[in-house]
Amino acid sequence: MSDVYIIGAGIHQFGRTEERTGREQGIFAVHQALKDAGLEWSDVQFAAGGSRDGGNADIMLNDLGLSTIPFVNVFNGCATGGSALATAKSAIAAGECDIAMAVGYDKHPRGAFTANPKNYGLPDWYGQTGMMMTTQFFALKIQRYMQLHGISRETLGRVANKSFRNAEKADHAWRRQPIDIDTIMESQVINDPLTKYMFCAPGEGGVALILASGKKVRELGADAVKVSNVTIRSRPRGSFEVYSPTIDLVDEGIPTTLASKAAYEAAGIGPEDIDVAQLQDTEAGAEILHMAENGICKDGEQEQWLAEGRTELDGALPINTDGGCIACGEPIGATGLRQIYENVTQLRGRGGARQVQNKPKTAYSHVYGAPGLSGITILEV
Amino acid sequence: MQPIAPNLWSEGPEPQLLGARDADGKLVFPIPEGDAAKGMKVVKLSRTGTLWSYTKQEFKPGPPYDGPEEFEPFLIGFIELPGEIIVEGHIVETTLEDLKLGMEMELVITAFDDQRSMYAFRPVEGK
Repeated sequence: MSDVYIIGAGIHQFGRTEERTGREQGIFAVHQALKDAGLEWSDVQFAAGGSRDGGNADIMLNDLGLSTIPFVNVFNGCATGGSALATAKSAIAAGECDIAMAVGYDKHPRGAFTANPKNYGLPDWYGQTGMMMTTQFFALKIQRYMQLHGISRETLGRVANKSFRNAEKADHAWRRQPIDIDTIMESQVINDPLTKYMFCAPGEGGVALILASGKKVRELGADAVKVSNVTIRSRPRGSFEVYSPTIDLVDEGIPTTLASKAAYEAAGIGPEDIDVAQLQDTEAGAEILHMAENGICKDGEQEQWLAEGRTELDGALPINTDGGCIACGEPIGATGLRQIYENVTQLRGRGGARQVQNKPKTAYSHVYGAPGLSGITILEV
Repeated sequence: MQPIAPNLWSEGPEPQLLGARDADGKLVFPIPEGDAAKGMKVVKLSRTGTLWSYTKQEFKPGPPYDGPEEFEPFLIGFIELPGEIIVEGHIVETTLEDLKLGMEMELVITAFDDQRSMYAFRPVEGK
């Protein structure tokens, strides 16, 4: 298996763009990624991509050029981007091609996601009684965690506050107006202990990445970032997941921890080697939970980490440097690739006002989503 | 009043939730339907347990929520039935402020709307 690199990254503004469909936002990102890599569409030999509400990604070929390359449609919930990247990476690693593309985009209607119980193998009454709500899941998970590990409500406020401050410095972010901690904590309660400004919202956006083999990187002299590892894990028994009326008493771990351990092992590094991280922050509590689930700190230490600013842009381990999902929104097909776009930007030292200060060599990204899967990507320069 | 779905709880003065156990001993709730129900034995679950986590639904959920037209925020939580399974349900007869992890809870059948009943949990009095 040969090494695989990212040599081009493109992004379409996240948030709301009335004049472009989801697919058009994806195409915008592809053109930007190609320009960044110094390539033409005709150079791309393989593509993988997906969206939830934006149609089949391979329709993009009508606009990009009917080059007859294999285009794999991928949909895997919040791990759609990671799955597209894994698919494109495998094609290069297996020697099938030298240049591949991973793309993801989406355009969701306003408001929280609603789901059909039948599609999740659940009875109708579970949805009818108002228990099939993603926002409740995150509130239930962080409520328990805060009481068991001494996390304060103020720490939730600090996470969201950091997101909006970072987003102010990221052109592609959606919510770029800083909001103070008190305003965040006193905003409308959605599901206790989580308030409106602690939550991300379904939105729009598109991201494309151009991948290349080592041989191609040398040939082009590209500004390349190595894809050290992409790992995806689904839930084991006993894991508390979105859309579950029960939890098994048998405890076999959780998808994020399983994926994280496997990713560190495969990359031959540990959490102490990470210089910058993008963690799934569906809401402020998720960022706190995921700091521990990804091995970045021990349970309960988040309280001190946030108070001391260790996850700020100038901290020891900056987290969600472009404002994460809280400030960028969560277009499902694009969200995981946005994290990777941001890590590529940071590793290349192109972050501008939001560039982290620790000269990053290793970057980590993590997505989590329904019905219980997690994806990790580790990049290195 | 009609139960919101059949076979969720047993009849009688002290109703119990109905779960099912597969051949390997794994316990599930509710009782599966179709092929997944094959070889499953129905089990009456404990009427009491402890509060595992909780929150309050402050806004009216979108479809498929089918509650009363006039929305009242409601409490939900997960109750750990000792040695069995952790079950999600509405929480009634208390307030958000009075809930804390580990408190003792018991099953109660309550009105979901003016025509249908639903299972829920409430704090055990005096605990």
